[in-house]
Amino acid sequence: MIRTLLLCTALSLPAAADEIWVTNEMDDTVSVIDVTTLEVKATYPTGERPRGVTFSRDFKRLYICASDSDAVQVMDPDTGDILHELPSGEDPEQFVIAPDDRLLYIANEDDAITTVVDTETRKVVAQIDVGVEPEGMGISPDGTLQVTTSETTNMAHWIDTTTHKIVANSLVDSRPRHAEFSPDGQVLWVSSEIGGTVTVFDVETKAEVGKIRFEIPNIRAEKLQPVGMKFSPDATKVFVALGPANHIAVVDAQSYAVERYILVGRRVWHMAISPDQTKLFTTNGVSGDVTVIDLATLEPIKSIKVGRFPWGAAARPTP
Amino acid sequence: MLAHPARAVGAIVTRELRRYLSQRARFLAALVRPLIWLLVFAAGFRAALGLSIIAPYQTYITYETYILPGLCGMILLFSGMQSSLSLVHDRESGAMRLLLTAPLPRWFLLGAKLLAGAVVGLVQVAAFLLIAALYGIKLTWIGVISALPALILCALMLCALGLLLSARVRQLENFAGVMNFVIFPMFFLSTALYPLWKMQESSEFLAWLCRVNPFTHAVELIRFALYGQLNLPALGWTVLALIVFFGLAVWGYEPARSRVSR
Repeated sequence: MIRTLLLCTALSLPAAADEIWVTNEMDDTVSVIDVTTLEVKATYPTGERPRGVTFSRDFKRLYICASDSDAVQVMDPDTGDILHELPSGEDPEQFVIAPDDRLLYIANEDDAITTVVDTETRKVVAQIDVGVEPEGMGISPDGTLQVTTSETTNMAHWIDTTTHKIVANSLVDSRPRHAEFSPDGQVLWVSSEIGGTVTVFDVETKAEVGKIRFEIPNIRAEKLQPVGMKFSPDATKVFVALGPANHIAVVDAQSYAVERYILVGRRVWHMAISPDQTKLFTTNGVSGDVTVIDLATLEPIKSIKVGRFPWGAAARPTP
Repeated sequence: MLAHPARAVGAIVTRELRRYLSQRARFLAALVRPLIWLLVFAAGFRAALGLSIIAPYQTYITYETYILPGLCGMILLFSGMQSSLSLVHDRESGAMRLLLTAPLPRWFLLGAKLLAGAVVGLVQVAAFLLIAALYGIKLTWIGVISALPALILCALMLCALGLLLSARVRQLENFAGVMNFVIFPMFFLSTALYPLWKMQESSEFLAWLCRVNPFTHAVELIRFALYGQLNLPALGWTVLALIVFFGLAVWGYEPARSRVSR
């Protein structure tokens, strides 16, 4: 108790701390969570229906998919001011930034297009036709392959980033929502929301190498809807958000066995890991909060109220 | 000077514990009851999706986690009633008369009985918590240690209630009925099974009954203590209930009153 108090006093000094930024889909805001106090320390207005969110590699700019404003907004994370907007095509839902910190790959849900935008010239570099309702966006660590998943076509489209052409399509289960490359770039994980599965592909051969199914006692199978995924810092585990099942599945990255389920808030979507790699933050849309999970014990330690329908999350180290 | 009272307390507590431990069936029954609630009832009852956040919890919890303090309270409640049952038995068999003629103040002897009943209850709670931890309910050492004083206080309060009842009820046969009238309303009209806001949603009156029920405060005291927190109002109400119940029990056991009511 006394230790906690001392800790709190020490932290209430204006010392800067690591942050988690969360987009609130219904409030048109982003909430900034202090990783040490686990409290919301700022809320900034954004465009309409902010969803996907990511930082530039130097953490000087925050990119926000303002879906209903049909724009990707660029925010100064130090002031919360919107610096400018990027052309994004219609209804941008999710995006991924290339390792070169320059090109942004944006999924245009309504147009069945992946738009590639140069963040420096603020111009569209390419538009690639993909399947219907693209959403999940992943990019290989070396930046050579980008993957867009389309919700209605039920495919993962492999895009060569030098030619901006699709080089392969892989069928997955119903309604793929998210694509995540392993940190070593060897495998790609794709989550299928309605199918209730996660499919793992070998990047080299683009062949399916594994399929993960989920099962929680007392929860109906159709509620197990995998969406967001995140590799643990040591890449031995993958955290899979199970949407309305209100749980995060912890999956062994080698054996694909589900090790455990962690109870979080209602309709969990996406996740971010704190820069010091000790905590996982999950956005719980329906309950309007963010659950913090201790990565050492895999126990949920706190749920923090944010805005209405938190959607995306991104981490920023101490500025 | 102190040796005699201490010996008396030691003897009464040891007798009660021995009696309890020799009745293996009673020990099992005391464990089976809360375990059925924990393993069967809670498991099937909206367990998987979590309850909304209320103090002292910081995040979503399973129903099993929620009812754990209530089940600790349930064990103490049953144990308190059972110890009063043994008091009625002692009275019928004449052991009570022997005890009360000891050259020590009556309140002291009854207090020793209270302590004996509480120790028996705490042994059961310890066994229950061990099984719950093995089952996978998250408990911390700090939480369990800080819950110990809360559990002791609640055990004393519920044993005092039993003592009070035993002062009023003369026959063993009547006692079963009294137990049903005390245990069930006390347990169900408390926060042991549902949070207060849930009660409030269905009925203001029920919520009010929950609020005045000392068992609610006992459960909340244990609940907060399990997370290393002190719930001051719950502590106040539990202590008050203990004083009132014990005071009335001592008054009820006054020889003059006993004669009159006989």
